Amino acid sequence: MRQTPLSPQMSIALPVLGAASILLAWQYLLPLLGVPAYIVPTPTAIFGVFQKNLALLIDNLRPTLIEALAGFVIGNLAAVLLAVLFVHSRTLQAAYFPIVLFFNTIPILALSPIIILIFGLGMTPKIVIAAVICFFPTLVNMIRGLDSAGDNEHELFRVLSATRSEIFWALRLPRALPMLFSSLRIASATAVIGAIVGEWIGSDKGLGALIIQATFNYQSDRLYAAIVLSSSLSIALFCIVVLIERRMIKY
Amino acid sequence: MPNAIEALKLDVGYGGRQTAVKVLAGLDLTVAAGSFLSILGPSGCGKSTLLRVVADLLDPLGGTISVLGETPHAVRSRRDVGFVFQDSTLLPWRTVRENVRLPLGVGQGSLTRKIDDRSAELLELMGLGAFGERLPHQLSGGQRQRVAIARALLGEPRLLLMDEPFGALDEITRDRLNDELLALWRRTGTTILFVTHSIAEAAYVGERVIVLAANPGRVVRDLDMRPFKQDGNRCRREDAAIVAAMADLRTALERAS
Repeated sequence: MRQTPLSPQMSIALPVLGAASILLAWQYLLPLLGVPAYIVPTPTAIFGVFQKNLALLIDNLRPTLIEALAGFVIGNLAAVLLAVLFVHSRTLQAAYFPIVLFFNTIPILALSPIIILIFGLGMTPKIVIAAVICFFPTLVNMIRGLDSAGDNEHELFRVLSATRSEIFWALRLPRALPMLFSSLRIASATAVIGAIVGEWIGSDKGLGALIIQATFNYQSDRLYAAIVLSSSLSIALFCIVVLIERRMIKY
Repeated sequence: MPNAIEALKLDVGYGGRQTAVKVLAGLDLTVAAGSFLSILGPSGCGKSTLLRVVADLLDPLGGTISVLGETPHAVRSRRDVGFVFQDSTLLPWRTVRENVRLPLGVGQGSLTRKIDDRSAELLELMGLGAFGERLPHQLSGGQRQRVAIARALLGEPRLLLMDEPFGALDEITRDRLNDELLALWRRTGTTILFVTHSIAEAAYVGERVIVLAANPGRVVRDLDMRPFKQDGNRCRREDAAIVAAMADLRTALERAS
């Protein structure tokens, strides 16, 4: 049986109440159960880090933000361009798509040291790792999207004697946008993961580096604050993607 | 005036010349310019395939076909042919007006004549004047098909090919659109090839009805409807002569299936 939908007020109030109940249990129940603060600090202790060490957090957020954003843009742009090339040349697709597929099966953690060996210890390898992690889902989705126009739609454009470039701009690309945006939404989270993984392996700056340092120094409140910040970064990127998507796709 | 279509011993199939499965075999068909031809037949008899050959979407394997006295390719390149599909094939990201204006935005390179932006006039003509800024998903099925017809008419084609355009609509809407289409045809004089599964629809709109049989497709009945109708291809659906013609077509269709 279908349940009646929630009222708008309840659909906002319930998640807020849900989160509040978990935060309250975390704040008061865990200390009562004897979980030590160096393993799980309370929410107020984590919030305290944001008050005491805001400058440190911002200093470490900045490089991660730049790496994630640059990786997001470069990785997705490269994927879109390669997808366009592949759908216009089945020969190239048949020759090189299996190689891209193989490349994607290499775990990013195994690939990262190689990327750092090639690009050194600056921001570049982190950007490359973030780009690599965004690249494959967008490539696959974009190829599918560009190929998703129906036979009738292609016939309609043929009856109108449309050129290949007109078919691309007026049919294939708009058809691909919903699929592109669904992979951009995923990439908004994975780009941040890529930047942080890069920082783990070789960096003394960024949220990834802060997470490693805080772990080794048993500064778990700082570790949790860094996690909250990296998650907020992903959410912010996700929201920007959704906003652009809503402006561009109205159907 | 040359005939709109002259097909002689037309063979059409899929899968290459040697191994082709023939969909149409030795089809002879002449369609007078300005006429309204209904094409009936069981599934797989090649009704849609015939339209696709005329529209230069498919090359015949053998025989000859001329459209408006030229090759299908020449006619398509000149944009003298309009096509309406069963699913309206509207682009969902474009408004109704932008969909109707699609022929102005693509394929202009191959044109030797200028197409005017008659979108406002055509939307009015199809009763969609107030819907120009809507998106296709905000329209009913009947309204979407009206938009598709307006789009096909924008380039003032001399030949309109309609592949079961009202097949997915309810009966009342279908009847209304049949009348609107006939009014449009009387006004424009465009030659119309109209594929349908409905005997009643074929008999009502067509000046002439052909029945195709399957495996391979060929004409098994060619019925001139003009003797049963008044001037301008006018009739009432319940006229005894139309009902008798429908019985005739049903018999032919049953034999063809």
